[in-house]
Amino acid sequence: MSPKKNNIKLFFKALPKNIFSGFVVSLIALPLGLGLAMASEAPPIAGIIAAVVGGIVVSIFGGSHVTIAGPGNGLVGVLLVAITTLGLESAYAAIIFSGILLAILGFLRLGKLADFFPSSAIQGMLAAIGLIILGKQFHIMLANKIKREDTIDYLLEIPFTINEAIRFNDDGLIYAAIAGVLSLIIMVFYPKIRNKYLQLIPAPMWIVILSIGFSYYFELVAQEANPISPLYMISGIPAFKDIIAELPTVNFGKVNELTFWSSVFALTLIASIESLLSIKAVDKLDPEKRRSNVNLDLKALGLATMGSGFLGGLNVVTVIARSSVNVNNNGSNRSSNFFHATFLVIFIVLFSSQLTRIPLPALMAILVFTGYKLASPTTIRKIFTIGKEQLIIFFVTLFVTLKVGLITGILMGVLVTFLIHIIINKSASLFLRNVLKPNVLMYQEHDNGNYYVSVKHFCSFLNYYRLKEKLDAITENKDVIVDFSMCEFVDHTVMENLNNYRELFIKRGGHFDVIGLDLLNADSEHPFALRRLPVPNIIKSSLTKRQNNIEELSANYSLSYNAKKEKETHFLDNFYFFRTKSIHHIYNKLSTKNSVLSLFDIEFSEGIFIAKETVRTTMLHITLEKQIPEFTLDREGFLEKMYAFAGFKDIPIQEHSDFSKRFYLLGEDEVAIKAFFNDDIIHFFESNPYYHIESNGRCLLIFSKERLASTKEIKTLFDFGKRLKLVVAV
Amino acid sequence: MSLKPFNTIGIGVTFSPNLKANIFEAARLSLMFDSRLILIHVGEKTSDKESQFHSILEPFTKDNLEVEIVFQTGNPVDVILATTEEKQIDLLILGALQRENFLKYYVGSIARKITRKAKCSILLHINPSTERVPCQHIVVNGLKDPKTQQTITTAIYVAKALSADKVTIVEEITQDELAIKVEDDKSLRMAAIVKERIKLRENSRIKAIVEEIPEAYTKDIAIKSQPIFGKKGYSIGHYAQIARADLLVMNAPSKMTFWDRLFPHDIEHILTELPTDVLIIQ
Repeated sequence: MSPKKNNIKLFFKALPKNIFSGFVVSLIALPLGLGLAMASEAPPIAGIIAAVVGGIVVSIFGGSHVTIAGPGNGLVGVLLVAITTLGLESAYAAIIFSGILLAILGFLRLGKLADFFPSSAIQGMLAAIGLIILGKQFHIMLANKIKREDTIDYLLEIPFTINEAIRFNDDGLIYAAIAGVLSLIIMVFYPKIRNKYLQLIPAPMWIVILSIGFSYYFELVAQEANPISPLYMISGIPAFKDIIAELPTVNFGKVNELTFWSSVFALTLIASIESLLSIKAVDKLDPEKRRSNVNLDLKALGLATMGSGFLGGLNVVTVIARSSVNVNNNGSNRSSNFFHATFLVIFIVLFSSQLTRIPLPALMAILVFTGYKLASPTTIRKIFTIGKEQLIIFFVTLFVTLKVGLITGILMGVLVTFLIHIIINKSASLFLRNVLKPNVLMYQEHDNGNYYVSVKHFCSFLNYYRLKEKLDAITENKDVIVDFSMCEFVDHTVMENLNNYRELFIKRGGHFDVIGLDLLNADSEHPFALRRLPVPNIIKSSLTKRQNNIEELSANYSLSYNAKKEKETHFLDNFYFFRTKSIHHIYNKLSTKNSVLSLFDIEFSEGIFIAKETVRTTMLHITLEKQIPEFTLDREGFLEKMYAFAGFKDIPIQEHSDFSKRFYLLGEDEVAIKAFFNDDIIHFFESNPYYHIESNGRCLLIFSKERLASTKEIKTLFDFGKRLKLVVAV
Repeated sequence: MSLKPFNTIGIGVTFSPNLKANIFEAARLSLMFDSRLILIHVGEKTSDKESQFHSILEPFTKDNLEVEIVFQTGNPVDVILATTEEKQIDLLILGALQRENFLKYYVGSIARKITRKAKCSILLHINPSTERVPCQHIVVNGLKDPKTQQTITTAIYVAKALSADKVTIVEEITQDELAIKVEDDKSLRMAAIVKERIKLRENSRIKAIVEEIPEAYTKDIAIKSQPIFGKKGYSIGHYAQIARADLLVMNAPSKMTFWDRLFPHDIEHILTELPTDVLIIQ
């Protein structure tokens, strides 16, 4: 059977569950679309148009698998500015142009754009967007429409609105406010209720259903007018045939104005960042572990935005919340996005008049909740644990975004991050001198096929894309080792992204290890904290991910673990390997209870005079119970010469020519060594991974690479040592 | 492939704390390559200076080292370049500078000018010492370039002369060569296939070059090839650092326009941060 046919068959097999998940998503998309559009001061139907066009176009032309496209939270702030300053008709023109720019970004393969923004700055921007939404809609939720110039004023007036709402006299307003508060309560407590029948319908849809039911109750049962003031009901939902018949006029008259283009750029920037972040996040949720083509998705989103703008809809972006609902309801391919659009069309065709029965405060409660989610105190607490400097970046971005605007806000965030990096390192030249250098090297190691990636100088949001480019080129079921030992500074953005890679690789059967970070200090205990070369005045230091893994490993294998540097290394002095090397210290020491086996990272330099680079590697030291001859076993010939000084020579073992061919066995006492290397020991070496092994008579020293071992390699090395000890002891 | 042996070795000398170490290194190399040594000093000739040079060189002249000392005043760059041509120097040794309080080396402005203009091979030495540091591992580029064959041949000749044990030929595979941008699973699979194909092709190309070198040279040396993914001309230095090579052998840059200097690439990157001793083959 050809794979193509198979795909079609699979597609049809998966169709029913995609139709179902598309249906569930449309239940959320309907109220959210209406609400987001109204929050942007666009006609409510504009949000639905964006969702329908987005769902259809992106599902056909897009490059991702389980994402849902539609109007986005992030864009509310920008759209609001665009619509209030330009007017609705010109705002549609701005939306169309931003669609064109978005598609151009896709064609230029600028999907990596989002990588250039520090993650704390993005967090700050998202929180600001959340506060913009929350600040504005909170008043409407309590039936107290106000109009202010500044977004911050909206936030400051929240207490006054609450005060006002308590003293309402007008029944219409009281009922409106009650509808808003009840809806908010539903949004807050819905996730906490574990009832499978209740959970069948998403919370926003419950609000819609309950409020429509409420309205019908008064109309049909009580035979009264709806007590909620008509001012606070959704208005202006046209019938389906009117949407088709009356396309909005798009006004291109303002294309030579500066404000027009600043809106276009802001729309494009936020649309691309929101989409790219969402795609990245949704890819992590995909149970089939597929990789999205972000550039293709950007092109599709651009096309959809253009279409949506012409039809009177908002920008189309990839949205995280609806996409995750899609994944949770077993959406497995792009058809669920298509069906979500189809169901939205059906809703509008059948129920457009019913939608006017929804009270505005109820809808706005949904938005207040999403806004709160974006700017929740947990986000701030999380950032604080990573480091105080991240909090500065976060708040600068947040306040500038609220006070000035989104583009200025994110640019300030980037600037502040860069300045903080300079201050922390007390050097601008580290960045200026090296920022243009291609500092990432990748190659596949000969002996085991691992991918080894080494990063030099510094790695921060400025040059993270180079590392990302290399990591993206590796299939996720391979073993990857990222080495930062030549790096002086690694920032939080990189740490966080590396953690994402680690999860991705583990999920797809690969291995992802980061080494060389143990040398760099961090100010906080959080694993994502930025790290730099140690500065004397910092006393506190925290364990890296690798050290935590080793610690965990020590618990599993019931070993004792000590991460501290130990200067007491004389037990290594009588190994020939260290004759011309000076040992600085050992660290990350793992040892068995009786200290027979100990595994440690070691830092040494080759001779004082030569002033060569220092070397860091991982070694295993075994204390033996009996005396054995002194020897060195090595695969490659390059150590031969060094040991020749010590009077060692290559010893052939007659009966095992294969062994003799593959290994260099060196030692002084030929007879004793030949006697020691019996069949068992030779078979052991022949059938196990290769290590460099040296015996000094009482102890064995085992290591392989001249770099630190990954946690997986540590386990292998430890296991090898344990078994070797048993074989030798016989 | 004809091998161009180093018959004459030149070194520019000034009276710096490193003088003795520099001369020792140059003289040792001259003995190993069995070549003539020319010391170039930019400045007036005095009997005092001359006797100082001779006293440093004494242990080597005993071993029949042929030495000539050139004194000439003028612009250091011009003097050294002129002498190189006049005396038909095959290998010019230049010292590197060390960045303050770091183990980082770079090529100073004079040496850099000479490197760009010289018509002979150049050895950039990072850490001269009076005692011999054995050279064990040589890394050489395996770029697809007409000069590469000469470079690899010379690298192995040097390895033989310095009795190094291991030569790694590094093929740098650039992103452009892959021609496929990794965007999703499908393009990733394609890229992996293309990569594997490039690797095989490169390996066989290198193998062909190595096979042409007389066996007398290659006999005792472990020759390996390693494909790496990075930026051409820069990542090989990074690799040499990781592999802790003692010498990096590279092709001379083919062209050097104004733009190349403004947006440094290839060899220019290496000059700003020498990973180890670098030999540029002309």
